[in-house]
Amino acid sequence: MEKRVVFKHPVLPYLLLAPQIVITLVFFIWPAMQAMKQSLMVEDAFGLSSEFVWFDNFVVLFEDPLYLESLWITAVFSVSVAALALSGALYLAVQADRVINGALVYRTLLIWPYAIAPAVAGVLWLLLFNPTLGVLPYLMRGIGLDWNHHVNGDQAMALVVIAAAWKQLPYNFLFFLAGMQAIPRSLIEAAAIDGAGPMRRFWTVVFPLLTPTTFFLLVINVVYAFFDTFGIIHAVTSGGPAGATNILVYKVFNDGFIGLDLGGSAAQSVVLMGIVITLTVIQFRYIERKVHY
Amino acid sequence: MAKVSLRSVRKSYGATKVIHGVDCEIADGEFLVVVGPSGCGKSTLLRMVAGLESITEGEIAIGERVVNALEPAERDIAMVFQNYALYPHMSVFDNMAYGLKIRRLSKDEIRRRVEEAAGILELGALLDRKPRQLSGGQRQRVAMGRAIVREPSVFLFDEPLSNLDAKLRVQMRVEIKRLQERLGITSLYVTHDQVEAMTLGHRLLVLSEGVVEQLGAPIELYEKPATRFVAGFIGSPSMNFLETKLTDDGRHVVLPGGDTLALDGAAAAANGTSPGRPVTLGIRPEHLEIVEESRASAHLTVELVEQLGADSLIHGRLGDESGPAMTVRLQGIHAPGSGESLPLLAMPAHIHLFDPESGVRV
Ligand SMILES: Nc1ncnc2c1ncn2[C@@H]1O[C@H](COP(=O)(O)OP(=O)(O)O)[C@@H](O)[C@H]1O
Ligand SMILES: [Mg+2]
Repeated sequence: MEKRVVFKHPVLPYLLLAPQIVITLVFFIWPAMQAMKQSLMVEDAFGLSSEFVWFDNFVVLFEDPLYLESLWITAVFSVSVAALALSGALYLAVQADRVINGALVYRTLLIWPYAIAPAVAGVLWLLLFNPTLGVLPYLMRGIGLDWNHHVNGDQAMALVVIAAAWKQLPYNFLFFLAGMQAIPRSLIEAAAIDGAGPMRRFWTVVFPLLTPTTFFLLVINVVYAFFDTFGIIHAVTSGGPAGATNILVYKVFNDGFIGLDLGGSAAQSVVLMGIVITLTVIQFRYIERKVHY
Repeated sequence: MAKVSLRSVRKSYGATKVIHGVDCEIADGEFLVVVGPSGCGKSTLLRMVAGLESITEGEIAIGERVVNALEPAERDIAMVFQNYALYPHMSVFDNMAYGLKIRRLSKDEIRRRVEEAAGILELGALLDRKPRQLSGGQRQRVAMGRAIVREPSVFLFDEPLSNLDAKLRVQMRVEIKRLQERLGITSLYVTHDQVEAMTLGHRLLVLSEGVVEQLGAPIELYEKPATRFVAGFIGSPSMNFLETKLTDDGRHVVLPGGDTLALDGAAAAANGTSPGRPVTLGIRPEHLEIVEESRASAHLTVELVEQLGADSLIHGRLGDESGPAMTVRLQGIHAPGSGESLPLLAMPAHIHLFDPESGVRV
């Protein structure tokens, strides 16, 4: 399974890697170190001095009910976004795989949302769902559903989940479609001859062969939901109402830059980083063991 | 078990006609091989029988049942694909059991059938492996096993041996033949390899650009090819062809350089009616002999000799270096030098004549 390219020149591989390494160092490793240092300090009210307090920030954090609630909200949010974005994309990929005429048009259109900036995507959905101006709440009132995500926390959560999933859908769609088109047609035909109907063929042949893709996308989607959804939350709900959509990454920003609790915010960042690293490691371990068939 | 009937079967993709009307009856238990060059429509034909392609025109019946509108699963067929199409995430056992599970056979019955097939194909020790842990030949056997366990009335094979190396191909060819005889299941087998076709089939259907050139027993095709295409396609090395014409008495053909070659009674009689007409003469390399000068009907100028051990293939030109190319197959070891001129005799009983326009045998 593994393919390796062997470079003859000893320096070339390092040269090729250098830009990525520099970017990682400047934009990831260095800020991460800063955050770790910061998380062990407390600033005075005027930001003039700081004091080294060991793990006090973390102790405070895990005793804070608001933080624990944000943790739970983040879990709900990420799972929902990943589930919606993955299942939606899989469904669309199955449909697109069947289309013969105009397949390219569908594919191109389906990819567009990915090119839209998170904040813009957020504003788009915000307008669609605007309780007074939006089209969708108007229609929902028609069936007796009262929509107001400014007041209703569950509705606010649903809205940001939809917006975030919508934006991630094209990415997943592309990978699923590519994965599906890599499955030899004769496998599907063999299953058809063996008597399996379309649903059964999908669940017993196609889907199992997509597991590597699915696991890869799961990692990507969870990381996306944890970090890249900041813009959407910021534009749509700003974490509200009453913290109902205050996911960890937004809370970091809110506590740090609005609340100016730099130490506490840095501690949150460190925890967030830990969570994502752990998730990634677990999932890739699992992939390596299980998903090669 | 069942016979298969193809009645004026045609296939087009949009405006592109791929199969131009195939009529054929495959008897119960018969092994029919469809053979033809790549792209002639063999797979398309097979896939129409399988139900993987729609039938544009005509009718296909399995047993007494017209299957045009039936799904592949309802046709009671099993198919072996060129790339085997094994389910990569399932064990050998599950690959074979997949279709049986769908048919809701009992666990015991599934186990019994799979183990029986595994026994026949010597797969017993491999049942827990995944396809990627098998060699090409073993995968091929699993694909066969998957077809056998279903106990279908028709087997369909689409170039099942073309991904194997030469030695394994010969071995599997024998196994398939033996298996088909043992099970007695009607089989339709597609290949571009004429040796495979000759050795496997009870009858051969030669296809060229979607047109049936000839349908008949292997020896019939070899001895009496109906068209120039069949003559050139069946037999290795390929038949020698010579554009020439009949003499005025219709009993001889004119050779380059002006010599004439006598035809035997039957061929001469058939042509007596049209003396002087142009014909394509065909003669197989094995039906040319090197003889003493007095008996020679022509001469071969040697260009190249291929020693195969049991046989020698002598490639050269008829007459001088500018004559038409000709290959002679001699038994045993012969090593004439390049440029040497050999006295040649064509066995009159093995001379074939074709119409140069239509390619049909005359
Ligand atoms: N889906 C298709 N659309 C258009 N043309 C096709 C399609 N499938 C096959 N063909 C054409 O039909 C002809 C026969 O193909 P095929 O049956 O696969 O040939 P073979 O199996 O004898 O090599 C080829 O010329 C091929 O290009
Ligand atoms: Mg083919």
